[in-house]
Amino acid sequence: MTEIREYNHERAGGQPSNDWPAYTSTIKRHPQRQPVALKQTLTEITGPTFTSGWTGPEATDLTKQHKGEPLGERMILAGRVLDEDGRPVPNTLVEIWQANAAGRYAHASDTHPAPLDPNFTGRGHMVTNEKGEYRFLSIIPGAYPWRNTYNAWRGKHVHFSVFGPAFATRVITQMYFPGDPLLEFDPIYNSVPDEAARKRMISRYDPNLSEAEWALGYRFDIVLRGRHATPAGL
Amino acid sequence: MDAKLIPTATQTAGPFFHFGLLRPEWADLTDGGKAKGDKIVLEGRVTDGDGAPLSDAIVEIWHANAAGKYAHPEDAQDKPFDPHFRGFGRAFTDKDGVYRFTTVKPGAVPGRGNALQAPHIAMSIAARGLLHHLFTRVYFVGEGLNASDPVLATVEDTARQRTLIAAPNGKANGATVWRFDVVLQGKGETVFFDF
Ligand SMILES: [Fe+3]
Repeated sequence: MTEIREYNHERAGGQPSNDWPAYTSTIKRHPQRQPVALKQTLTEITGPTFTSGWTGPEATDLTKQHKGEPLGERMILAGRVLDEDGRPVPNTLVEIWQANAAGRYAHASDTHPAPLDPNFTGRGHMVTNEKGEYRFLSIIPGAYPWRNTYNAWRGKHVHFSVFGPAFATRVITQMYFPGDPLLEFDPIYNSVPDEAARKRMISRYDPNLSEAEWALGYRFDIVLRGRHATPAGL
Repeated sequence: MDAKLIPTATQTAGPFFHFGLLRPEWADLTDGGKAKGDKIVLEGRVTDGDGAPLSDAIVEIWHANAAGKYAHPEDAQDKPFDPHFRGFGRAFTDKDGVYRFTTVKPGAVPGRGNALQAPHIAMSIAARGLLHHLFTRVYFVGEGLNASDPVLATVEDTARQRTLIAAPNGKANGATVWRFDVVLQGKGETVFFDF
């Protein structure tokens, strides 16, 4: 008899729908059929595991991956990975990627005519510690234009990929910055119907995390699906 | 159930993720051929509602080892753990929309209660234009357990069920190539799961 402690279902309005034509790339890519409800099994409640020694310091300091220092405002980006009940999620991989201070990605397909920074790739990763904490040193990314609609701009953001303890807890998201005037007009940010869930994607400026005469501190906690208290057999 | 915090919503990976998530070694789940079991190649094309290939998708897979055990602390089965098989893979689609993994054929794993699941691979697909990644499963044609698999059984329409079943497509370096195409939208749309 295999008993399964299921992960909570995603709440209504708390996640974006793929059928969201305001973001035009969804139009030909969103499934038209309803997803089939699957009762979680051992397959869904397990997933890749990581160990704390897996990454080195060069992966968490995005300002030291090249010969010189990147241009831009230095940013300490730190937070915790938690479950819905506030419990830390240790030993899980957090990957980030972002544009440089001018809003340009170190990516061959990015044709935005803003300068590349030879001292900045914009890629980092680390495994959370026992308290579920992660910490990166980077620079604040720039806003960039995109061709979704005429004269559309994406607010400043950092892309995040987080695994959590199971295949069911996988999250790929974006972290935004407080007070960004572009968010109001961004169909990607606004694809999340629930306002509180939307605001969870905005980081918080934290003066206690900032380091004097060195770097601004932004906090961003990531909350993964929690679990049912009691196992289900069938 | 009495959850207090609001979960973080997903957002698209966008088109410019390659440099950020690049781990080419993760497309080979066999640790350079050392994992036990029948070596297979799992490959396929990801296409949109026009049949056009996605050149910017992230495909991730998770599955049990050849003995049917997951490399995870919550798998308490008395089956051999394979130190050369961690069960997780990531690959990007190329300009033709094609992803490719080298792995081993998974064993059968338990379902809920006393059910047994047919050998399968869990898959997630993220891409530009997907605000939330999609979950599907890859089964293998000709497996006796397919007929009694509790998840396949939830897909009543047999034509739709076929979208979940990979078919052999020749050999590569002695390994059987299994073909599993993913259609995001429209005719032949792949079954995606919600759990
Ligand atoms: Fe971006």
